[in-house]
Amino acid sequence: MIPLSGDFGNAKGIVREKIGSFETRRGTSTLKRGFAHMLKNGVVMDVTTVEQAQIAEDAGAVAVMVLDKLPADVRKAGGVARTASIRVIEEIMDSVTIPVMAKCRIGHVYEARVLGETDIDMIDESEVLTPADEFHHIWKWDFTTPFVNGARNLGEALRRIEEGAAMIRTKGEPGTGNVAEAVIHIKNVNTELRRIKSIYDAGDEQDLISIARELKVSYSLVEETASLGRLPVVNFAAGGISTPADAAYLMTLGCDGVFVGSGIFKSEDAKERAQAVVLATTFWEDSDKVKEAQKMVDERQSMLGLDTKNLELRMQERGSTA
Amino acid sequence: MTGVNIGILAVQGDVAENLSATRMAMDELGVEGIVTEVKSPEQISDLDGLIIPGGESTVIGTLSLVNGALKKIKEKIASGIPVLGTCAGMILLSKKAKDRVVGEMEQPLLDYLDIKIERNAFGRQKDSFEADIALEKIGVSKFHGVFIRAPSVIDIGKDVEILSKFNEKIVAVKQGNIIGTSFHPELTADISIHKYFVNLVQKKN
Repeated sequence: MIPLSGDFGNAKGIVREKIGSFETRRGTSTLKRGFAHMLKNGVVMDVTTVEQAQIAEDAGAVAVMVLDKLPADVRKAGGVARTASIRVIEEIMDSVTIPVMAKCRIGHVYEARVLGETDIDMIDESEVLTPADEFHHIWKWDFTTPFVNGARNLGEALRRIEEGAAMIRTKGEPGTGNVAEAVIHIKNVNTELRRIKSIYDAGDEQDLISIARELKVSYSLVEETASLGRLPVVNFAAGGISTPADAAYLMTLGCDGVFVGSGIFKSEDAKERAQAVVLATTFWEDSDKVKEAQKMVDERQSMLGLDTKNLELRMQERGSTA
Repeated sequence: MTGVNIGILAVQGDVAENLSATRMAMDELGVEGIVTEVKSPEQISDLDGLIIPGGESTVIGTLSLVNGALKKIKEKIASGIPVLGTCAGMILLSKKAKDRVVGEMEQPLLDYLDIKIERNAFGRQKDSFEADIALEKIGVSKFHGVFIRAPSVIDIGKDVEILSKFNEKIVAVKQGNIIGTSFHPELTADISIHKYFVNLVQKKN
């Protein structure tokens, strides 16, 4: 089980309030990470309109992520990609009962504050949008709203957690309809986790501290992660998931759930596909049920997708060294 | 088989946390038996007690409907097994649920616990909170409540006992062997609510 502790000293995002005769706290690590725990084994779907959000909710999505354009269209449009229109986000918040997330640019503290004021349920500091700060991510402990961040390897994941991310997702290569990069990223993380777990089990603290230096994170976080043998926060797969089988495959690699970006609403059979991806994620251990889910979609209606080898824009590299 | 057989409905949500809290509760009480994740109607039919965890009630309901689990749970509840529903779990147990913002809605429910639910009653995630509450009727005088996009109970039937209130809002109820909480007892180190539940299961068994 993943512990929920992990508060950073005097995190500014924590709000203490007296309600009636009750002392309350908001924005704690337990509440932020706990929120992510409630999403486990679920599918978060990218949406751009109220209609898409309702299709997602009806299909059994655990949350929706509001964008101005789906990642595949961001890739096509070029230019600067920014956070979605607040008006659209609010319309969606008023029309579905499941959590609503939205993306802000990497390092863009004020886009994040605006999203926080909008009262969305989780902020995705995302490489799908054009980074606002190439060298720093947002210091997420300052926020009452929880954050999810992308990562390609253990070092990126732990650096984001140390900055206050309550949830991690793989980056994959967004908007390509190609799951290959997400598979690489989750396998990278798993391999590195196995390595530090074995070092921890061997009791080699000196080796563990050299890993902390190599990953540029604190020793205590490396030690905690190594003792758990998994990330200390909920970890979803994302980037290029298009079919029920894609989602089920990533679940077998140890992900806690999946984000589906362009895969659903860039397909020709969005409604069926949304339901099918949810079914495959829920029942991923049962290959017969995943087959039934896969049967609900038509491969001729899947998004065409891109080979990730010769892309002009590799979104996954954004913010990866910071 | 000797001992009790408790299942955690493992469709979606914080299943592992409930599994671990229940195991700890059984260990502390010295109650013999097993705790497992359950998904299929076959697994559910063998249970002496069931926990429906936190998560998204629409997701857990929709998917339990798909594989026939929902129908089987209804049968088991009618047969009298103790059930604990936390947050989404309490919503699923209820007879009626509406959302604070979206209003009346269609979602699959177990339609057993005679309460009306207001979903997201305290607001969105930013308004999620932690606070100490009390459940005196089941012998828990202080409990650290973790409320995440929590529902509240806005109406109760005659057989429903109120176990706890937060600032005039009902946040825990009991009807026979069925317990519902707005908060997440599985997210705190205090396992007294899970211990109370395990005791109910053992007594019934």
